[in-house]
Amino acid sequence: MNVTIENISHLSYFNGVESARLAGLPPLFTSKSFIKGQTIVSEGDKQENLHFVNAGVVKIYKTSSEGKEQIIKIVRPGESFNDVAVFGGSFCPYSAQALGNTTIVYWIHKNDLLPVMEKNWRIARNALDILAEQARLLLTLVEDLSFKNVTGRVAKILLQNATPGPEGYQRLTQYEMAAMAGTAREVVGRSLKSLEDSGAISLERHRIVIKDRSYLDRLAGLN
Amino acid sequence: MPIMPVIDQARCDGCGLCVTVCKCGALVLSDNTVAILEVDNCGWCTDCELVCATGALQCPFEIVALEG
Repeated sequence: MNVTIENISHLSYFNGVESARLAGLPPLFTSKSFIKGQTIVSEGDKQENLHFVNAGVVKIYKTSSEGKEQIIKIVRPGESFNDVAVFGGSFCPYSAQALGNTTIVYWIHKNDLLPVMEKNWRIARNALDILAEQARLLLTLVEDLSFKNVTGRVAKILLQNATPGPEGYQRLTQYEMAAMAGTAREVVGRSLKSLEDSGAISLERHRIVIKDRSYLDRLAGLN
Repeated sequence: MPIMPVIDQARCDGCGLCVTVCKCGALVLSDNTVAILEVDNCGWCTDCELVCATGALQCPFEIVALEG
């Protein structure tokens, strides 16, 4: 599949760059289609390509030695990944997996990209903005995982919303729980999985069943 | 009738990302509008909610406490 100037103009690094300045770029890009669940890059890979999602969606994540997964970011069309390996070292610090049925990813090698950035300040400035935003996102995640007792907050939210009202049981999305707990949805997902692993709750399709209320009480600091 | 994810059409921008991640075929995109079909094999993976940038797609959980 050929990459066009029109395609490139929608990628985050090239926002606001005149089409004429993108003229030499298409041959430098590779395009590949991935199916749902397919790994695009793996943590620890030697990888010097800057990747962009053109269509579909990509999950960026890290996996612990016990197999627990922490989603770092959901990458949508136009957004990049593997920036850290390209600019800060050759090893990919996370894995990337296609979530969409047909996920199309473009990439450009560091050795092709850097000379382009040196000639075009706007592209370099876009890269700085993107890296700053990624650093901000990661710092927020560090704060949530290190300093906030998110699992305790989620336990409290579950306990407070487990009483049926006149219209039946309270229904909450993971985004709503995240907003209530002051954290990211990705962290709530991990907390729910952790509570399920401990036997305190079970996740049954569209239902969270509290199985061990006293355990949640303790986590939430309610007794 | 199975309980299905919920879509807020006012917030949906028709990007179709939810349709691409749906494993059970419950979501269809037509004329830039996402519709939800009632299917039996929706496992509530919540991937559609995860990828929705506008918050239009929601997979709410009922929170139920076992007695005792």
